[in-house]
Amino acid sequence: MYDEELFAKIREDFPVLKQKVNGRPLTYLDSAASAQQPEPVIEEVCSFLRTSYANIHRGLYDLSENSTRLYDEARQTVADFIGVRDTPTVIFTRNTTESLNLIAYTYGEANIEEGDSIALPVLEHHSNLVVWQQLALRKKAILRWIEIKPDGTLDLDSLDKALSFKPKILAFAWVSNVFGTINPVQEIVRRARASGPVTIVLDGAQGVPHLKTDLKELGVDFFAFSGHKMLGPTGIGCLWGRRRLLEKMPAFLFGGSMISSVKREKSSWDVLPNKFEAGTPNISGAIGLAAACRYLSKIGMDQVRAHDQALMSYAIDRLNDVEGAEILGPLDVTERCGALSFYFKGLHPHDIATVLAKEGVCVRAGHHCCQPLMRDIGMKGTTRASFYVYNNFEDIDRLAEALGQVGKIFPESPCSPGCAGNRLKVMVQSGHHLLGPVCCSSGCCQNDCSDMPSSRALGNTMDSCSPTLRAGRPEPIDLTNIKITPLNK
Amino acid sequence: MTDYSDSFINDDLYRQIIIDHYNRPHNHCRLPHASHSLEGENASCGDHIELDLLIENGIIKDVGFGGEGCSIFTASASILTDMIKGKTVSEAAELAKAFKARLSAHTNPKIAQTAEDIDLGELEALDGVRDYPVRIKCALLSWETLLQTIGPEPEEAEDESEI
Repeated sequence: MYDEELFAKIREDFPVLKQKVNGRPLTYLDSAASAQQPEPVIEEVCSFLRTSYANIHRGLYDLSENSTRLYDEARQTVADFIGVRDTPTVIFTRNTTESLNLIAYTYGEANIEEGDSIALPVLEHHSNLVVWQQLALRKKAILRWIEIKPDGTLDLDSLDKALSFKPKILAFAWVSNVFGTINPVQEIVRRARASGPVTIVLDGAQGVPHLKTDLKELGVDFFAFSGHKMLGPTGIGCLWGRRRLLEKMPAFLFGGSMISSVKREKSSWDVLPNKFEAGTPNISGAIGLAAACRYLSKIGMDQVRAHDQALMSYAIDRLNDVEGAEILGPLDVTERCGALSFYFKGLHPHDIATVLAKEGVCVRAGHHCCQPLMRDIGMKGTTRASFYVYNNFEDIDRLAEALGQVGKIFPESPCSPGCAGNRLKVMVQSGHHLLGPVCCSSGCCQNDCSDMPSSRALGNTMDSCSPTLRAGRPEPIDLTNIKITPLNK
Repeated sequence: MTDYSDSFINDDLYRQIIIDHYNRPHNHCRLPHASHSLEGENASCGDHIELDLLIENGIIKDVGFGGEGCSIFTASASILTDMIKGKTVSEAAELAKAFKARLSAHTNPKIAQTAEDIDLGELEALDGVRDYPVRIKCALLSWETLLQTIGPEPEEAEDESEI
């Protein structure tokens, strides 16, 4: 069923991938941050600008009428792509972040009161976390956190516990941008609906690019996604909401286009979608997003998914063979898509990404806008490779080979024979602080281990510094009061 | 002291001297008897430092640091502790400013020139960072924290504040 040859042709559509970096092919593995755009999308936008551009809605001339028609058709295309029949409930925004802010500032402001609960996973991207945190602060509402299991999947028991507080809003991401984990949306929705009345907000930013989207099946109340992660332009995204909610909600931004009448004292709002699209929208962006939807539909989302699974499966195999690389998240490719996060030899992800960049391999490194999650798993960050329709197996080979360069620049530490394999798999917890991947046991610390990330991390917890440690000969570290948590189990 | 002049391995950023400081950072521990302590953080990459100084009569008698981060951060902080120990507060501040100026050579050559007569010692190994704009803040975190700890004089009007 997976048509590998099709994807060889697809790669040709992406002009940016034809360039070289330091004499090596550009290996773009950062699509979870932003995807490249294919020639048909670029051409559609350019052709619109060359031949058809004018402001929409109010022009009484052909050019404007044509532009308006193309903008409306773009909305129809996007609605079809995400399985929405009530087209005016698809609102164009700048991106996922703006869509989520829109919900918080309208629906949230109108419905959340002091003492109410809002439930969300600690896994969330800042865009689906900070908006709810700030709403809760404004309203004196309470955030109910849904925890994750060590393999990066949502802890459904923790979900049930959060739901027992009868939250008014449950917000979560379809796919984690760190682990690539696909959350079981329908199961979560089923449990949430069974718990009582709750408005469910789904962040689809990492899901829509990879998975067939049918909002009737997903069963949520609000849905947000961005164009630039699904082969479309930047600056265009969508909010979808159920009509009864959108109609009742206060307006978000005020101005032109969103009004039906304006008097000196008051104004009234236009119908959907205009009510939520104040000012001149990103017209060419919407045209580009529609072109991206058509491009993906032409490939077929089943093929897109099959390609991702093939790449993901190959990447997991290759990284498992790279000494020092540890994959985060589930290894079953049916449970994940898009992103593959890993650590490498306990090195800081920015050091890894810098070395990879010299080899032409573009990855993301750091906290991935998920600082609370990183704190929970005791890491400063991870290195993340993410894949899309234009990637191929050679890209993954180049990633694995470039990781070999990292190993040369940062050779094994002196005490590696004792703990290289283990220090990446345990975390030391002292008090409330997870200190990150550290040395596995006091055994190896009896070697000269003062230079290890382990003793560095442990150094943080010491009230004072022993003279022997300062001299570079550490005392064996007493681990009796320190809880060691295996990371992968 | 080890001669590093020939040990520049296949990369202009990750010179051996940096790798050595990273693997074996000097004075990487908190000072229980510190007179001055301050934390610094690079929010975007997570580098974090807790810098402790023991200052007596205007002289930095002892220095230690906690925290963690990438190799560039760790090496720079480690070199900092070596270089400022025994210096007066104002000498340390001059060194910090000179290092900042050196790293801004690509963007601000005028400021960089003013620092040419200060011996930067091992810090010169971090010159490669200038080609990696996002990493410059890793190299500077400990120095910025130092400047804050020892009470920065009001910054002279720098070019970047001009419009």
